[in-house]
Amino acid sequence: MNSDHTSALFGRMDLESLDFLKVFLHPFDTNLLILSGAAWVVILGGIFVVAVMTYMKWWKPLFLDWLISVDHKKIGVMYIVLAFIMLLRGVIEGVVMRAQQADGLHGGFLSADHYAQLFSTHGTIMIFFMLMPFLTGLMNVAVPLQIGARDVSFPMLNSVSLGLTIGGAVLVMVSLVLGEFTTGGWTAYPPYTGSAFQPGVGPDYWIWSVTLSGIGATLTGMNFVVTIYKERAPGMTFFRMPMFTWTALCTAILMVFAMPPLTVASAMLLLDRYADFHFFTNDLGGNMMNYANLFWLFGHPEVYILVLPAFGVFSEVTATFSGKRLYGYGSLVVATMAIAVLSFTVWLHHFFTMGQDSNVNAAFGIATMLIGIPTGVKIYDWMATMYRGRVRFTVAMLWTINFMVLFVLGGLSGIILANPSIDFQTHNTLFLVAHFHNVLIPGVFFGMMAGYNYWFPKLFGFRLNDFWGYVSVWGWTIGFMLVFFPLYVVGLEGMTRRTVSYTDPAYLPWMLLSGLGAIIVTIGLIGIVMQLYVSIRDKEKTLDIGGDPWDARTLEWATPSPVPAYNFPVIPHIHAREAFAVAKEAGAGYQQPTKYTDIHLPGNTWMGVVMMVFGTGFAFAMIWYMWWLAILCLAIVVVSFVGRAIRGDRHPHIVKAADIEREHNAWLEKVRTITPVNREQELKQANLGVAAPEYMEAAQ
Amino acid sequence: MSTVSDAAYQAPGLVYETEHHHDHFSPQKSYMGFWIFMMSDLIIFGLFFATYGTMLGKPSIAGGPGPKEAFELSGAAWETVALLLSTFTFGLASLAMKYDMGKQKILTWMGVTLFLGLCFLGLELREFVTMFHEGHVPQRSGFLSAFFGLVPLHGLHVTSGSIWLIIMMIRIATGPIDELTKSRVARLALFWHFLDLIWVGIFSIVYLGGLA
Repeated sequence: MNSDHTSALFGRMDLESLDFLKVFLHPFDTNLLILSGAAWVVILGGIFVVAVMTYMKWWKPLFLDWLISVDHKKIGVMYIVLAFIMLLRGVIEGVVMRAQQADGLHGGFLSADHYAQLFSTHGTIMIFFMLMPFLTGLMNVAVPLQIGARDVSFPMLNSVSLGLTIGGAVLVMVSLVLGEFTTGGWTAYPPYTGSAFQPGVGPDYWIWSVTLSGIGATLTGMNFVVTIYKERAPGMTFFRMPMFTWTALCTAILMVFAMPPLTVASAMLLLDRYADFHFFTNDLGGNMMNYANLFWLFGHPEVYILVLPAFGVFSEVTATFSGKRLYGYGSLVVATMAIAVLSFTVWLHHFFTMGQDSNVNAAFGIATMLIGIPTGVKIYDWMATMYRGRVRFTVAMLWTINFMVLFVLGGLSGIILANPSIDFQTHNTLFLVAHFHNVLIPGVFFGMMAGYNYWFPKLFGFRLNDFWGYVSVWGWTIGFMLVFFPLYVVGLEGMTRRTVSYTDPAYLPWMLLSGLGAIIVTIGLIGIVMQLYVSIRDKEKTLDIGGDPWDARTLEWATPSPVPAYNFPVIPHIHAREAFAVAKEAGAGYQQPTKYTDIHLPGNTWMGVVMMVFGTGFAFAMIWYMWWLAILCLAIVVVSFVGRAIRGDRHPHIVKAADIEREHNAWLEKVRTITPVNREQELKQANLGVAAPEYMEAAQ
Repeated sequence: MSTVSDAAYQAPGLVYETEHHHDHFSPQKSYMGFWIFMMSDLIIFGLFFATYGTMLGKPSIAGGPGPKEAFELSGAAWETVALLLSTFTFGLASLAMKYDMGKQKILTWMGVTLFLGLCFLGLELREFVTMFHEGHVPQRSGFLSAFFGLVPLHGLHVTSGSIWLIIMMIRIATGPIDELTKSRVARLALFWHFLDLIWVGIFSIVYLGGLA
């Protein structure tokens, strides 16, 4: 791609930018075959989806029931669907990279440039478009229900955040078909990502996709801080909030304060690239260290943005599936807050080797090690929760237990890396790659999967299939160990990260082992897909009508499954921590409210769709220098938002008290007729979502 | 909700007590949301300030003009006067709204605020044009890049504040002054004073500090 040629209509796009044509121009080049193949997968996948949607007449429901909805539960589901789609691509890229390195002694089948694009998109996707949407989705699904709220504080803003996140993901997908992605890694360090070294569209794709989703995440953070502060039900004091809500609060605060540095870093990089500024260039006074600092001021808190909600899920899951009150609630809250604060004090450990004084390194190394303390507290609390509990090894619980074992190992390798003098030996090797995958996969991804298995029945009214669930857990667990533990070894042997090939045959056995692991991870991935398919097919066998299939403890389980749009018929008053467990113990889990009132719900809005379509259009046009399209899209976005601000919500939705009463009574009637089940039958068809008071004495 | 602690003895866990809940517009949430937004925005400004701070050294000036060559105090001083006055007149508009002094008075003070805001923007633009004519462009050095990152960012904020001001003036002129309008004007006032505060930082650090 060359930047000196631009047309008024298509900007700098030309025939060479169309990746899917390359296979016809160079039919015998494996590397280009894969490149074009990927483009064709996206195109054919797109055509297939459009065809299915049209055939099933799903377009109307997609827009009218989902995309314009402001219901936090639906928005949460859409985030998670996005996360799964991007997970597919991210894992496939990971597998291709493992295959390349297994084949990579003196060569391999990928070009260095293509390999660099792969690890750049893999990282960008997994962080920004898989884990972030996943945790945001779980927060959307669970937090308002856990605190007894009708919705988040700013429902339209929530929809706009979703639109921005989808927009960023769309850009990454488009980069497969049109042009290329950056080769500068997910951190996009300049000056390599500056226009002197990469004049093409690659880094611009990166800049715009992370900027869109980063702004979306900032807005989500603001929304959830206000929601958790202002929307709690009467009596839901801070120290009665479920742990997941606590972790969501800390994550939201981190999003508010840690996403702006990313916006600043990418904005400055953008000015460097588009307007020849000299923030990070090699010449005329640019200083790339500013970028390193800005990026990791975001990047390190980001790690805790990702992991804290997962910790919240683990807290809920261990308590529920051990049939015991969560051990050490207070210490878990303090530990969460401590991690959130400390996360801002360690960013420099990402570049120990980049020239600062060793005293500075020592200070940041010690701060880094300190984070191990609150994290360790959490692990002990979860173990103490399980101790003498009656632990049920459900799919969600297995994700959790496997997390506990593997995450401790990842944490320990983190402590090793936190020592600057050791870091000098291991930085930029596969040891580091093994470390962060070891915390992100068992730490965050396992947590997301545990939450997905745990809350799924709440949203859809049926449980997920167990067999394929177990396949996914063990596929991921064993596969993960096989892929990444060898990387620790070759990392210590000096194999650098981000290398397409190597010359030392000593690495080869480990790379083959790692490649084998990639196959097993793929089985885990297939397990996830099959689990969803089989669960939908056989949903009659796992129905959850009563809304409490796990004999769970927090407020969200006191509602019917699937949850009605208004969440609670009457906002409950909370009188205890783990209120639902306490109420069930007293035989008051399912109460008849004495009086109902009308409920006002915010109306649906097209603002999220406008942001998604025209925000993406604007970014796309900026990437390709199609200035007319950029101006047009920006104008549409601005006019729409100003119009909305002036006119307000014109379609608020009122649910009549009588309707609520009727629906709620019908559900209560069902709950009375369902036979409550004990925990031996938890995974059986007989479990219709009403729990027998079995070992409630443990709640004391 | 003063009875939470007593009620804990009567009610196990949770109870659906009858209480009328209003799902109507609540300004409290919007205020809090806006404060949080400003905190987030402040981080952005803080980082542009910090970047500017690191770009004051010789290597970043890269043989180009330093603060003493690039800036002149009188323009920045007049910009400061305009913006500080506008924050005062916005205060008068807020008071007029609070004490129901009538649309006329509110609109007048908001109009004066808008005028002063536009004066500020005009003066700033003139300053930039002068700098461009002298070759002090952001492409010249890291130092000038940092300057043109920070100061126009504030100008961009003032521009969006002015557009918001115009929208609110139209709304007040054409519609009733209800709770929503009042809370929006209150948030706009917060924003305007916030930008004033940022400017005090810019004037002190960039201009006074640079020319001292």
